[in-house]
Amino acid sequence: MAKYKMHLLVCGGTGCRASESEAIFQDLKTALLNRGLENEVQVITTGCFGFCEKGPIVKVMPDNTFYTQVTPADVNEIIEEHVIKGRKVNRLLYENPETAEKVEDSKHMGFYRKQLRIALRNCGFIDPENIDEYIGRDGYQALGKCLSELTPEQVIEIMKKSGLRGRGGGGFPAGLKWEITRQSKADQKYVVCNADEGDPGAFMDRSILEGDPHSVIEAMAICGYCIDATKGLVYIRAEYPLAIERLKIAINQAREYGLLGKDILGSGFDFDIELRYGAGAFVCGEETALIHSMEGLRGEPTMKPPFPSVSGYLSKPTNVNNVETFANVPVIINRGPEWFAAIGTEKSRGTKVFALAGKINNVGLIEVPMGITLRDVIFEIGGGIKDGKKFKAVQTGGPSGGCLTHRHLDTPIDYDNLISAGSMMGSGGMIVMDEDDCMVSIAKFYLDFTVEESCGKCSPCRIGNKRLIEILDKICQGKGTMEDLDNLRNLSQVIKDTSLCGLGQTSPNPVLSTMENFYEEYIAHVVDKKCPSGQCKALLQYTIDEENCVGCTACARNCPVNAISGERKGLHIIDQAVCIKCGACIEKCKFNAVFIK
Amino acid sequence: MASINIKLNQEKLGQLQAICKEFNNDKGELINVLHKAQHLFGYLPAEVQEVIAQELKTSAAHVYGVVTFYSFFTMTPKGEHPISICMGTACYVRGAEKVLDEFKRILNVKVGETTPDGKFSLSCLRCVGACGLAPVVMVGEKVFGRVSPDGVKDIIEEYK
Ligand SMILES: Cc1cc2nc3c(=O)[nH]c(=O)nc-3n(C[C@H](O)[C@H](O)[C@H](O)COP(=O)(O)O)c2cc1C
Ligand code: SF4
Ligand code: SF4
Ligand code: FES
Repeated sequence: MAKYKMHLLVCGGTGCRASESEAIFQDLKTALLNRGLENEVQVITTGCFGFCEKGPIVKVMPDNTFYTQVTPADVNEIIEEHVIKGRKVNRLLYENPETAEKVEDSKHMGFYRKQLRIALRNCGFIDPENIDEYIGRDGYQALGKCLSELTPEQVIEIMKKSGLRGRGGGGFPAGLKWEITRQSKADQKYVVCNADEGDPGAFMDRSILEGDPHSVIEAMAICGYCIDATKGLVYIRAEYPLAIERLKIAINQAREYGLLGKDILGSGFDFDIELRYGAGAFVCGEETALIHSMEGLRGEPTMKPPFPSVSGYLSKPTNVNNVETFANVPVIINRGPEWFAAIGTEKSRGTKVFALAGKINNVGLIEVPMGITLRDVIFEIGGGIKDGKKFKAVQTGGPSGGCLTHRHLDTPIDYDNLISAGSMMGSGGMIVMDEDDCMVSIAKFYLDFTVEESCGKCSPCRIGNKRLIEILDKICQGKGTMEDLDNLRNLSQVIKDTSLCGLGQTSPNPVLSTMENFYEEYIAHVVDKKCPSGQCKALLQYTIDEENCVGCTACARNCPVNAISGERKGLHIIDQAVCIKCGACIEKCKFNAVFIK
Repeated sequence: MASINIKLNQEKLGQLQAICKEFNNDKGELINVLHKAQHLFGYLPAEVQEVIAQELKTSAAHVYGVVTFYSFFTMTPKGEHPISICMGTACYVRGAEKVLDEFKRILNVKVGETTPDGKFSLSCLRCVGACGLAPVVMVGEKVFGRVSPDGVKDIIEEYK
């Protein structure tokens, strides 16, 4: 690496690739070649930088220049100006939305300032398809240290001391899980990495696998050493072709380097990794369902205990951890458990990666120390709400979580605080909503998801959630009653108490938390038959304002169902019984005469 | 296109058996086998499932049970240009439903259906991981970001 005087890093995450980042990469290479600069300037594709909102991103090192929304047409200017003449291309620099100043060094961007990157330490810095770059940043050092200097018990002790808890949603202490699996006696054990990432709107695990696959491989090998397993399996969604590809490349490179396979680093320890693919079922993220799916069966959960640590894949002791949990492990070994435990809060150590999305200015992938407030995340890092709208709610924990409001903005984020606020950490999806979002519809959206994804094995979840959604639908249609609200609450409680697996046990959370925090919105739908944010079509009423209507007939001509009557130059009227609420009239009226009640 | 009837000819049958063999005819590898088979045929009709059941020495009912459990597997052929609308949360709150409605209206099909000429099929999926570009639509492998209802017509035109 040393011989290059400059590096151009092009984001190769799924988001940026969707906007031509591959072409940018190719064009940069060609342009350098044409100018004979290929030995002085290196171009590499990296994993996600996190700042997806303004992708595709090209970063120039060593000066930390951060170019946003680059297109292939900008390539020549970057080479001519920046690479050759040393002048930054001003128009491509990130602009601070508050001061309208261009930011020259990415370290000064509001988006990065409050972040702390441990699990994402290499994402956006290295070429994930080149093992040497991972090794160049202390990669596989932790594995070497464990195999040569530490006993499995000592490694487990380090993990326990670090306080690392599972990042897949449950928050179970990782070290303890390793210890339990170690203590289970069997001729064969397994290490499983859960890369199913089913929460819709979350992309943390995918970005880690795309940007730094070796960190997960290294950690799985360390886990194997601790629990006495020679085989690892990664269960990954088939919807993540790029992550699969990079993981395969990484596994092969690790084998070539003798970091996977027989007698790793001459220690006598054998370990290898295979991939297993998901096929589009959210419930397969649940560990028992995941194990059945890996066995070629329908991915239906089973009762715990027995826990996978005792009886898992092929009935052997199996240690299941999430991608992000694993990605933390090598750093903890290298830098020591005390260092890690000093970050975060009393009961939630370290950092958490969140996928920030929805009505927020800086959509992207962030990693923050536990204990940071929602306010910092949404307004500092996230840059506030899109289009200057008002913040209304933030949803964490995906379909199992809940909606939090401005009341929670100053709550420090950790596992326990989020649960007491009626939501949960989940795997790290964070969806921000503004004043235009109807909370009843949002609850319905999540429930739609659960109903579709319920495996159907137990009736509270299979049938109960269907009833819940029927009631919500009724409310959105303006036909709800106060009794329905009671039923929603009671039924939700029954589903939570009696479902077999975590999916059913948490599925009513979006309903309960919106009822708790936005009860007045439910009342508006039920009592006043109004949807305050104007999302529920059935509750809207299009009306024409006498004052403003000039009788131009534009609305009447454009109404698809002829609901509008009126003479030319006379007042027009909408027949509410006929109107299908398509909104065409409001768009066509140039005099702002049509309005929604 | 819509009605390519797979009477499994000798060649395809051979390829399918080879896939099963590649996984040692191990019924624990059923899902991997189905992935490859769907890649080969585009979908998983009953004949294909029967052959797989035979090769892996399990019942056709078991194979069918697995195929229908996972939404990734389909028993109906897709259109020449399969259109998928992301209905993940990030896309939903940025208006994916309106985009979907527009596709339904222009193509005159429901979700899960294929146009009569076999050109387009319409489906929904959950988060392709490009949430920064929400709402997202995929046509085949190509990702379209920040799609507005007005932009739907242009996307369809591109493939006509
Ligand atoms: C319905 C449901 C879905 C889940 N989905 C995921 C998932 O997508 N990824 C994940 O890592 N864990 C998921 N989990 C949690 C796993 O069951 C398990 O607790 C986790 O993989 C353990 O790893 P960790 O301790 O490192 O978090 C899910 C749980 C439930 C109940
Ligand atoms: S709670 Fe739902 S997903 Fe879980 S086992 Fe029961 S039916 Fe299946
Ligand atoms: S909303 Fe649509 S249906 Fe109703 S009056 Fe206006 S144009 Fe006609
Ligand atoms: S929610 Fe649509 S891409 Fe993530």
